[in-house]
Amino acid sequence: MEIPRDLAIERRQRSGAQFSEPVERRGDWNDGSLTDVARSAWDQQQLGVLIDGNEKTVARGLGWFSIGLGLAEVLAPRTLERFLGIKHHGFLLRIMGLREIASGVGILTGRRPSGWLWARAGGDVIDIAALGMALNSDTAKPANIGLACAAVAGLTVLDIRRAQELSRNNDAALSARTIEVRNSIQINRSPAAVYKFWRNFQNLPRFMSNVESVDTLSDNRSHWCVRGPAGKRIEWDAEITEEEENRLIAWHSLVGAQVENYGSVRFETAPGGRGTYLKVHLQYSPPAGIFGARVAKLFGREPQQQIHEDLHHLKQIMETGEIITTKGQPAGRARGTSWKYDQAVRRQVDSRSEYQTSAA
Amino acid sequence: MKANCWYGKKDVQVVDVSEPEILNNRDAVIKITSTAICGSDLHLYNGFVPTMEKGDILGHEFMGEVVEVGSEVHNLKAGDRVVASFPISCGKCFFCQRELFSLCENSNPNAWMAQQLFGHSPAGIYGYTHMLGGFAGGQAEYARVPFADVGTVKIPDGLSDEQVLFLSDIFPTGYMAAENCNIQPGDTIAVWGCGPVGQFAMKSAYLLGAERVIGIDRVDYRLQIARERAGAEVLNYEECDVYESLMEMTGGLGPDACIDAVGMEAHVPGIIGAYHRVKQSLMLETDRPHAFRQAIMACRKGGTVSVPGVYGGFDDKIPLGSLMNKGLTVKTGQTHVQHYFAPLLERIQNGDIDPSFVITHRLPLEDAPSGYEMFLNKEDDCLKVVLKP
Repeated sequence: MEIPRDLAIERRQRSGAQFSEPVERRGDWNDGSLTDVARSAWDQQQLGVLIDGNEKTVARGLGWFSIGLGLAEVLAPRTLERFLGIKHHGFLLRIMGLREIASGVGILTGRRPSGWLWARAGGDVIDIAALGMALNSDTAKPANIGLACAAVAGLTVLDIRRAQELSRNNDAALSARTIEVRNSIQINRSPAAVYKFWRNFQNLPRFMSNVESVDTLSDNRSHWCVRGPAGKRIEWDAEITEEEENRLIAWHSLVGAQVENYGSVRFETAPGGRGTYLKVHLQYSPPAGIFGARVAKLFGREPQQQIHEDLHHLKQIMETGEIITTKGQPAGRARGTSWKYDQAVRRQVDSRSEYQTSAA
Repeated sequence: MKANCWYGKKDVQVVDVSEPEILNNRDAVIKITSTAICGSDLHLYNGFVPTMEKGDILGHEFMGEVVEVGSEVHNLKAGDRVVASFPISCGKCFFCQRELFSLCENSNPNAWMAQQLFGHSPAGIYGYTHMLGGFAGGQAEYARVPFADVGTVKIPDGLSDEQVLFLSDIFPTGYMAAENCNIQPGDTIAVWGCGPVGQFAMKSAYLLGAERVIGIDRVDYRLQIARERAGAEVLNYEECDVYESLMEMTGGLGPDACIDAVGMEAHVPGIIGAYHRVKQSLMLETDRPHAFRQAIMACRKGGTVSVPGVYGGFDDKIPLGSLMNKGLTVKTGQTHVQHYFAPLLERIQNGDIDPSFVITHRLPLEDAPSGYEMFLNKEDDCLKVVLKP
C-alpha cells in the first residue's frame, strides 16, 4: 500500500487540529517514515479483526476441544485404551486428560490465551511421544494409534500457529495500540473550584503519579515532563484545543511529541448538591518498538486503574486539602509501610517529594 | 515504643517499634492510656481476613492523651484526653457530610484494593488489613490519629477510661445495631451472639424502647452476663432449636427485629459446621453466615435484620427467598462512630449505661498475646480484655 508523503503529513496536521478524531486513523507521529505509517495502519486493522474476531474464535474452539478431550481421557480411559489397543495406562491417560482440561480452561479464561496455547502445543508433543511409545505394546492397534497421532499432530500444528499469531498480536497490541482511558469521579466541591485547580497546570503533578512537571509556556501552551521507562524522561509540548470556563478543558500534544496524546476533562455540576462529576478522557499512543512497549506497560498495564487512583488523589486534595498517607508510620518490620500493599501510595508520595525537590 | 503486632495466624507479639509521627496536617499523635482487643481482631488473629502483613500493629479501640497535633487540627491541643473512633473519616466528603462516617471516601490510601472486592471502598480502619488502609493500630504506647479533628471525642473530667473507652467501637456498634432495628413500643429483639457487641446491642435495644430482648449464644457465662447485666432472656442454641424457641416465645410471630452480632466465624454445630470449615479452609467461601441465615428465617414478616457482625466476602445459601417473601429489611455497615460520640457520651454521663460492665480482664500491653488466646478460647470466662500500656 502506497501512501503519498504529502497525504501522510496532511493527515497528521489535520488530526492534530481536530480533537475528536480517533488517534488510530491519524497515521504516524514519530519520525514519519512511510513504512511506519503503513505498518501502523495494518496493525490497527489486523488487531481489530484478529484479536476480536476470527483469532479469538479459533482459540476458544481449541479451548473447548481441550476440555472435551480431557474429560474423555479422565472419565472413560478404558474406552480410549480399547480404541488404541493398549492396556493398563488408564492412570497416564487420566493425567493427560487433566493437563488437557487445565490448558482448555486456561485458554478460555486467560486474559492472554497465547501462553496457554503454547502450553497446549507442548502438551501435544508429549501426547504424540506417548502414542509412539504405545506402538511397542503387544496388543497395540497401529492403525488406530496412527489415526490418533495424525489427529494430535494436526492439532499441534494448529496450536503452534495460533499461539504464534496471538503472541505476535500481544506484542503488536502493546507497541502500536492507542490506549484510551475514560474515568469519572465525584468531588464534593463546585465545578468552578475544581476547574480552577486543574487549570493551574502546575497542580497536576500533585495528583498525577507519572507526571513530573507541567510548565506553562503561554496561556494555552504547556510543557510536560513525564517519567518514562528505565528512568527515561518523556517530554512534549501540549496545546489547549478547546476550553469552556468551569466546564471543559481539552488539549493535545503538538507535532513531534514522543508519546502523542489527547485529553479532555469535563466539570459537570452533579445533581442535588453533590458537587462535581469530573469526567476525564485520555488517549495516548506509545511509539512502536521495545521502548513503546515499555511505555505502554508503564502507563498502560492497567491505565484505567492508574487514572482512577490519580483522580482519587485529586478528590482527596480538593476535599481534604491533602493526600492521606501511611508512609513513615511504625510497624514491627523493617519498613513501616508495606511494599506489598502500599505500592501505589508510595509511588504517589515519592513522586511528589521528588517534584518538590526538583522545583526547589 | 512497645506495640502488639500481627505475625500470622495465631501469632501476635509485643515488639519494639519506632514512635509514630505527624504524617498529614490533620493528624494527631496520642499517648495511649487504655486500649482493647475487639472480637473483630480475632478474625485477623485466626487469619480469616486477607491483606494483613507481618509486623502490622493491631488495635482499633483506644484512647489517650494528645501529645502533638498537625498544623490543620484546630479543635485539639496537647494534653486533651480523647477517645478515637475506629473508622478514619475526613469529615468533608459526600458520606461524611451525611454522617455516614464509616463510608468515608478519603481515608483509605488503598481504596483500590477494597474496591476490587466490594465494588466501593469503606473508610480506612486502624490495624485492620491493608485493604482498609494499612494504618498502624492502637495496641501500642502511642498512635497516630489521621483526621484527628473529626475522629476523636474529648472526654470531660470525672469519667474513667473504662467508662468511655468503648465509645471507640463496641458501644456505638451495638447501639447502631439496635437503632437500625427501628424499634417500636412492644417490640421483641433477638440478638445472635452475646459477645461484647451483642451485650451492647441488648442494652441499647432496651434504651431505645424494646419490650423484650432475647440473647442467643452457647457459652454459659456469656448468657449469664446477658441475663444479669443486659437484662435479656437467653437461649442456648446447643440446648434448643433456636427457631422453634423463638416462635414459641413470640406466639409464632417471630422477633420484630433480629441482630446478627456474630459475623463470619459463626460456630455451626454438626455436619453443616464441618462442611463450612472445609469450604472456608479451601477458600471456597470466606464466611460462615450461619447466624445471618437463622436471623432471616426467624425474623417476623416485615421485620428488620440488623447486622453489626463483620463479613468479608462471598457467601453461600443465603435464604433470599425468605428475605424477599417475608418482606424483610436488612440494615448493616461498619459503625458511623463519630455520629454517636456526643449522644452516647451523654448517655454515659447521665448514668443510662456504664459500658465497663463488659470488662472481664485487665492486662498490661505486654500480655496482649495471652489476652488474644484467652479471648479466642473463652478461657477464664473472658468477655472483654482491656490492655494498659
